[in-house]
Amino acid sequence: MERFGFIGGRLLQAIPVVLGVTIVSFFILRLIPGDPVLVMLGTHYTPQRAAQLRANLGLDKAVWEQYYLFMRHLVQGNLGDSVYYRIPVGHLVWQRLPVTLWLAAYSTVIAIVISVPLATLSALRRNRVADQATRTIFLLAFAMPPFWIGLVLILVFSLHWHLLPISGYGSNVPDHLYNLFLPSLTIALGFAAILIRTLRNSILNVLDADYLDTARAKGLSQFRILRRHVLRNALLSGVTVIGVNLSYLIGSTVVIENVFALPGLGQLLASSIFTRDLSVVQGITLVFGLGVVATNLLTDVTYAALDPRVSYD
Amino acid sequence: MTEIAAGVTPHRRAPRSWAVWRGRIPLYIGIGLIAAVVVAALLAPVIAPFDPTAQDILNTLASPGTGKHLLGTDQFGRDVLSRLLYAGRIDLLIAFGATAVTLTFGTLFGLVSGYYGGRIDAVMMRFVDLVFAFPFIVLVLAIIAILGPGLRNMFIAIWIVSWVPYARLVRGEVLVAKRQEYVMAARALDYGSPRIMVGHILPNVITPPLVYSMLDAVSNVGIGAALGFLGLGVQDPTAEWGKMIADSQSFMATNWWLPTAPGVAIAILGLGLSLVGDNLADRLRAKG
Repeated sequence: MERFGFIGGRLLQAIPVVLGVTIVSFFILRLIPGDPVLVMLGTHYTPQRAAQLRANLGLDKAVWEQYYLFMRHLVQGNLGDSVYYRIPVGHLVWQRLPVTLWLAAYSTVIAIVISVPLATLSALRRNRVADQATRTIFLLAFAMPPFWIGLVLILVFSLHWHLLPISGYGSNVPDHLYNLFLPSLTIALGFAAILIRTLRNSILNVLDADYLDTARAKGLSQFRILRRHVLRNALLSGVTVIGVNLSYLIGSTVVIENVFALPGLGQLLASSIFTRDLSVVQGITLVFGLGVVATNLLTDVTYAALDPRVSYD
Repeated sequence: MTEIAAGVTPHRRAPRSWAVWRGRIPLYIGIGLIAAVVVAALLAPVIAPFDPTAQDILNTLASPGTGKHLLGTDQFGRDVLSRLLYAGRIDLLIAFGATAVTLTFGTLFGLVSGYYGGRIDAVMMRFVDLVFAFPFIVLVLAIIAILGPGLRNMFIAIWIVSWVPYARLVRGEVLVAKRQEYVMAARALDYGSPRIMVGHILPNVITPPLVYSMLDAVSNVGIGAALGFLGLGVQDPTAEWGKMIADSQSFMATNWWLPTAPGVAIAILGLGLSLVGDNLADRLRAKG
């Protein structure tokens, strides 16, 4: 019963943020210096298209009426039309979304596969060679910009060894896993740098806990203690770290999609800035914002499900 | 180790042992790396062998060490070493210029929010939550979409977005600090709120945001370089490390050193800042 109270409270808390996200996105088109319609249409300007766009955005109305119109369209799933592609922004986003979701999910999985064993090793061999080496390597990974790591990986794995493709997305699941490996690895390396640091610290904290003395006193095997007592507790903090840094992860996909020429939302965002296709920029900003709010919500709920002590405050 | 003696003989410190020095080696390496980049960038007009924008059309894509070009030339025949040195000025400007503003504003925002508390705090923190709801780079790109590409607008975009972590961090510290006795004493003396906030609380909460600013500088350089890479930051012919990497992308199969040189430069600066930030953070944790 209390669990539902927590989830309900957390949902209520998200409402003002969701409204804020829509307001920020709404103002992207309204803050353009000069006449937004002229800027948006650019070389595509015709009197009819201008009049149509003006009516669609409700630019002759008061700001709050424009916002009401924007929200009404949004609820109907209408994000406006792309000036450049001449199709609804919603369709464009829908086409591109799977690539970005694949990339985000794949890189999270790779980051976890890298971090959990290395962080455990690092914590168990605290301040010894394995620990120092792991920390140094991932400090470097954190200091290097992800797009450059991506280029180096392309240089080594694609151009030198011809093992993996430079770009492309593929059309079925095995293809995706093959084509997206390098870009996902690129993002995962930067992400793992953050994960390993936090996981190592929380494993160290657990190693000092009294219940481990109990476990050792019971004569449990080293492996069993590690799996059942240490990792299970330390991974709880891992869930939070992943949630907190999701926005970093999504941010990386934006740049990395451009390095590997992947047809995702990030690549569409960058190219839309060049073509001055601002309704697309608006739509993508909105989708990213709502995505982050939703995943944060999901993290908190997962955390509450894993840890019975959590209560809403 | 100095705490015990501090109350009795404030100006006499215990001699530092080798173990203490050894523990600080990463910190000194970090400071050394940052200093090296700063000196190289400051001295760019003196030590750069060529004008960073001068094109040597007969000598494009030269390999490192050929002729007078130590690190070779790019596709326009511009000297890579000279461009690297001048680009350092832009990237350092981003590291320190962007970060100084966000550190100051975010800290003051958090200070006011935490000190006054109540409804003011609630409103101010919802604002912070809102900026946090977007991935940083997405919001920066949206602002650049509105204002247009370029170095100045890139600074504006970073300023608008990346102050929020400081606000959250400082607010948390202030919530603890304002219940301390020295604040009550200052209140009892009838000092005004601005005086208590800036004169008494600020010096006691400033260390965590200062430490965080090192890691923030790494991320700001990353954002600046990423924008340069996407062609939305610094514009031609000005050199910037991220832009140099982007420009060389088409030639990297044959001229691998072209993207490598600026990449190593970013990594050196980033590593220096991370080492300093990490070790200062460790020392803080050890004290706390």
